[in-house]
Amino acid sequence: MAIFLQLLFTGLGIGAIYALVALGFVLLIRAASVVNFAQGQFAMVGAYMLVVCLNVLGLPYLLSMAISVVLMAVFGVIFAGATYWPLRHRGGLPVIISTIGASIFLENIVLFLYGPSPEVLPGLFDSPGIQVGQVFMDSQYLSILVAATLLVVLQYFIFEKTLLGKKLQATSQDKEMASLLGIPVAAMILFTFSYSAMLGGIAGMLVAPVLFVSVGMGGLIALKAFAANIIGGYGSIPGAILGGLALGVAETMGAAYISVPYKDAFAFAMLLMFLAVRPQGLFGEKISEKA
Amino acid sequence: MSVNLASARLWRGFPQAILACVAVVAVAFMLPSEGYYLNILMQAVTYAIAVSGLVVVLGYCGQISIAQAAFFGLGAYGVAIGMVDYHLGFFPAWLCGIGAAGLLGVVLGLGSLRLGGHYLAMVTISFQQILTLFLTNWLEFTHGPDGIRGIPRPRLGPISFEGGHAFLALCMVTLVIVTLAVWRLKTGRLGRAMQAVRDNELAAGTCGINVFATKVIAFGLSAVLGGIGGGLFAGGFQYISPDQFSFGESIVLLTMALLGGVQSPFGSLIGTMVLIILPEWLRFLKEVYLAVYGAAVILIMVFLPDGLWGLMLERVRKRAKPILGDVPKLPLLSQTGAARTDFVLTIEGLAKHFGGLKALDGISLAVRRGSVHALIGPNGSGKSTFINVITGLYKPTAGRVVFAGQDITHVPPYERNRAGLARTFQNIRVFRGMTVLENVMVGAERPGNDVAENPAFVVERALAALDFVGLRGDAHREVGALSYGHQRYVEIARALAATPQMLLLDEPAAGLNLTEKHELGELLKRLKGHGLTILIIDHDMKLVEQVADHITVLNFGKRIADGMPKDVLNHPDVIAAYLGEPQEAAGAAS
Repeated sequence: MAIFLQLLFTGLGIGAIYALVALGFVLLIRAASVVNFAQGQFAMVGAYMLVVCLNVLGLPYLLSMAISVVLMAVFGVIFAGATYWPLRHRGGLPVIISTIGASIFLENIVLFLYGPSPEVLPGLFDSPGIQVGQVFMDSQYLSILVAATLLVVLQYFIFEKTLLGKKLQATSQDKEMASLLGIPVAAMILFTFSYSAMLGGIAGMLVAPVLFVSVGMGGLIALKAFAANIIGGYGSIPGAILGGLALGVAETMGAAYISVPYKDAFAFAMLLMFLAVRPQGLFGEKISEKA
Repeated sequence: MSVNLASARLWRGFPQAILACVAVVAVAFMLPSEGYYLNILMQAVTYAIAVSGLVVVLGYCGQISIAQAAFFGLGAYGVAIGMVDYHLGFFPAWLCGIGAAGLLGVVLGLGSLRLGGHYLAMVTISFQQILTLFLTNWLEFTHGPDGIRGIPRPRLGPISFEGGHAFLALCMVTLVIVTLAVWRLKTGRLGRAMQAVRDNELAAGTCGINVFATKVIAFGLSAVLGGIGGGLFAGGFQYISPDQFSFGESIVLLTMALLGGVQSPFGSLIGTMVLIILPEWLRFLKEVYLAVYGAAVILIMVFLPDGLWGLMLERVRKRAKPILGDVPKLPLLSQTGAARTDFVLTIEGLAKHFGGLKALDGISLAVRRGSVHALIGPNGSGKSTFINVITGLYKPTAGRVVFAGQDITHVPPYERNRAGLARTFQNIRVFRGMTVLENVMVGAERPGNDVAENPAFVVERALAALDFVGLRGDAHREVGALSYGHQRYVEIARALAATPQMLLLDEPAAGLNLTEKHELGELLKRLKGHGLTILIIDHDMKLVEQVADHITVLNFGKRIADGMPKDVLNHPDVIAAYLGEPQEAAGAAS
């Protein structure tokens, strides 16, 4: 039981990372109908920004994070300008492919600038963690969980309680109507890109001390986030969060109880299972095109 | 004319392909025997075969597959494991690899293609990752990360493919055959169905195409082509390892297809050659090479939407010659027949609820064979929902639809079309990537149509339908270049080419100007009296009055009147609900 609880804790921690990346992914689908295959590279870029601030510039931890988050927001807008804006009237496929191009570009430009050797980052706190009953709560996993919860609450507040959130929701539901009502749709979409990059970046920064920071770290996280998305329900925000958590737990348990080398296969096996049995996911609704 | 047309199509491309085979074999044997050139060409040729698979699935059918390297790997591992561990011959082992790729492709397709477009992309990514894990970790079967060495090359009777030149010649001949097949696929029935699915799934379904099956076939074919290329790759390099078939390689294959032009196997061939040779030229870029590569993908999407091949075609585009000569008229025009007394379509208690909204609330209706039946009603009265339920796009909440004696209530759209039900759409749904003629050919090719099995007759029927709507002169134009009104005529021609028993017109006058509306009225009058049943939904009272034998009025999902035009239009409920004002004023306004 102690081991089970311990694994549950770790699984939720990793799952929270998937959930954050999946959340950014869903927001872009909803706001701009963009399936962003570079979502994982957002996490990678965020982690490298933190590495530069901490290890190269020697800034304090929290300041480094703050600077990196702001930089990620700017990065999101640039990303949108390069991959989405010129192709926005050409349907979904060209944008998907250009985000795939962007993911290759980002990985390799960082590789060129920073070299292939993985970076190790210290945790946010000096203390290794706290013992709660039979479970040892590692401080970094704990901060991941706390930060993810705060972000989700904050996002809920922004989307449901502010005018900005209402405008964002209107944009995602019906762009034409939104623009007729005077909502600056283009700005809303750019904001979503920016916010989505921030979410991805934060996930990367939080997970950096747990994993090594490497150029390839984003790819696998993104794939898990995609899977989380389908498991939770395509385009569903609560689905992305729960799907991410469920995946993290399933994967951690699977690695511990079944097989370590195939750890990464569990997520995909789960994805294929959902597609076969419940393709609309946990929270998805069946969407049919209107004639 | 029809005979010439048919035989010309049957052997189209064969002479060129035979010449190409001779040429590539000669080239293969003239190459210097240094490994360098042989290797580069071997890689380019085997990759090109796999990339042509992406032309089928992405270019023709519009589905994103990001696992082409995985299928390539299955072909390669089939040959390697089959020959090294199980001592099979090259060709049986190759077949095993191709079979494995095709089988897994079909299974993945069955699981994901019923859903929307992004699912295949994600499922293929997952599959790619799982396969890489298996290739790396399943040591007993795949030899793990070190890969498999010493893969022999084949010998076929007296011909030996063991030398590099001979094996390269084998690869190149295979490439010629594959390119010919993929090129011919595009202008064949299956290829047109794929493109129809790519351009508009809903319309494709109502043209008798089984959308799901077509997508699965396209994806299965692309997997098979991946396997073919991979098997040759294993024989060519005689050593394979898991990293050669990774996610990154899938992206490389995708980029090759896009750069060259995903609409044509010639395009994908050019793209592959460029991206295999380019790295050799770009060696000076060293570490940034892949970054440049990624940026190039974005730039290609922005500036070269049709790839290099598209760019070249644009330069040399010839005006297609019109197909001259008389074609037999549409069969229905030689029939005569006024409205009969029996019913071709009977609807009982049809209901469709969207949550709490009762868009259709227990409608019963019968349409006489050979009549023009109009369905009218104010906005939101349920007219479009009605036609969507009849054609199978929506599932009814309750009720029964019987068409030509067959209960079609639970039959998918493509089977309703095959039973003789054709329709047009309120917001035009033509296949935008195809020409006017091809659009109409898709209609003529519906399974069960009298001409469907003969390509030459299909062309004739399509031309006849275009003759009827007056668009024959535009047969070779891109359908998107036509005016809105003419695109609607293309839809009508597409429906007529299928020789339907019943034609459903969903607000055909919507968006037309006055002249066009008048032309449409004339066209409907010409259609009338030939035994074809027409169900027309429209707002335009003038049009409806001109052509209808019978009118049914809907309001709030219920039938409020039904009968002869004069009686129905004078019915007080109709005036109240539909016109909302006294009859004299309404008559003047219409």
